[in-house]
Amino acid sequence: MGIMSKSPWILHYDGSSCNGCDIEVLACLTPLYDVERFGIVNTGNPKHADILLITGAVNEQNKEVVTNLYAQMPDPKVVVALGTCATSGGIFRECYNVQGGIDTTIPVDVYVPGCAVRPEAIIEGVVKALGVLELRAAGKAQTHTPTGKVKA
Amino acid sequence: MGTRTVIPFGPQHPVLPEPVHLDLVMEDEKIVEAIPSLGYVHRGLEKLAAKKDFNDMVFVSERICGICSFIHSMAYSTAIENIMKVEVPERAQYLRVMWAEMSRVHSHLLWLGLAADALGYESLFMHSWRVREKVLDVIEETSGGRVIFGTCKIGGVRRDVDAATLDKTLKMFDDIEVECQEIVHVFAGDPSVHKRVAGVGILSKDDAYALGAVGPVLRASGVTWDARKLGYAAYGKLEWEPVVETGCDVPARVLVRAKEIFQSIGLIRQAIKKMPKGPVEVRVTGNPNGETIMRVEQPRGELVYHIQANGTKNLARFRVRTPTFANIPPLVKMLPGCELADVPIIVLSIDPCISCTER
Repeated sequence: MGIMSKSPWILHYDGSSCNGCDIEVLACLTPLYDVERFGIVNTGNPKHADILLITGAVNEQNKEVVTNLYAQMPDPKVVVALGTCATSGGIFRECYNVQGGIDTTIPVDVYVPGCAVRPEAIIEGVVKALGVLELRAAGKAQTHTPTGKVKA
Repeated sequence: MGTRTVIPFGPQHPVLPEPVHLDLVMEDEKIVEAIPSLGYVHRGLEKLAAKKDFNDMVFVSERICGICSFIHSMAYSTAIENIMKVEVPERAQYLRVMWAEMSRVHSHLLWLGLAADALGYESLFMHSWRVREKVLDVIEETSGGRVIFGTCKIGGVRRDVDAATLDKTLKMFDDIEVECQEIVHVFAGDPSVHKRVAGVGILSKDDAYALGAVGPVLRASGVTWDARKLGYAAYGKLEWEPVVETGCDVPARVLVRAKEIFQSIGLIRQAIKKMPKGPVEVRVTGNPNGETIMRVEQPRGELVYHIQANGTKNLARFRVRTPTFANIPPLVKMLPGCELADVPIIVLSIDPCISCTER
């Protein structure tokens, strides 16, 4: 385990989720699951975050917010799409204001399906994200520009 | 008069689990105006009724909100049952009350935790959520899901709960009640909580009524109204009284929700004890044709469903008025004149559910 994967700070943003996945993200931080014991801290500031957890699909209004949050995070960074809506649009896929999963807007590294996604699955997703973070820090995984384009 | 500054609050903010944006117009530390802007979680799911079968819409309505999910599916199913004149078996009615009250307990504990967090009282936040996990265990044991139950359907409920599990549920709620009393004791009796919130976020009884506040916000301003008194599902056959407080401020709203936890636990006990034996669903055939309005009480307040059906498998119109939408005008009334530091707790005091509001 390298230096990057020891105490990752996460940033949580609710795309257009129904709240189900969001309260499960919060449940991960509270006594039963308590991810803080691994040094995982939920921060409100994108400039302090290593891992971006996004729940819900992308729509017209939040597209810009998602892109902004991603651009503000320092490199190396990892994006985890939580829940079926974030991975593909889910049950709301056919809605007129839903564009689809998070990967329609920013590059996603880990997909965690589930409706609503369970805390155990969220924790596993974050652990997988740590692997990607480590590779990226070592320059062994694809990196992106702040706008989400692949860096040469 | 000082210089006016506009402070943007949200859409991504540590106290907000959900995105909402407020432009706060400030004079020094005082707020003179709060301008909300919404739409970050708008999906347009009412329009999905044109694409999905009315039976499948139960799942969509359940996902309007992941916290009061069961109550949404219950409201939708009851509305369609009213149009189609379906008699739902009595056992299903009691099971619906039981699950609806379980979601109220977990929602109120969730809110108490978030409120404690907004006050900077992190240990209380952790304790509330620790107890909430026990409620989620009961929910998982009886329905199979943690936050999305998936048990309600048109014509009844999807699964029955056996007697042993119901007994276990009663026992688990005995434990939960004791733990809730400890948490509520801190909220009601701790001098630092009291000093922090007393007199904050005032909404007078007249304003609450005139602006159409609903749920705990309305009842904390001294108005006695709870949509469960309409007697849908099995509520008409149970004995209970709405919780009313007259403080009109944030602590009054905390108290209403705290007391409603015990009221809900009482209702769960009554529902389990009075639950008759029998089937839990009836077969529903054909398509709905007609129009109805259904009002139910969510943890956040009164929820209104308006459904128009035209005899096809797709509904002609599906419209939802959610409690947070009704509580935004009262919120905008509470904010002017308060300090910037009080904004998070005042916004939270209406228990905003943005995903309900924007759908």
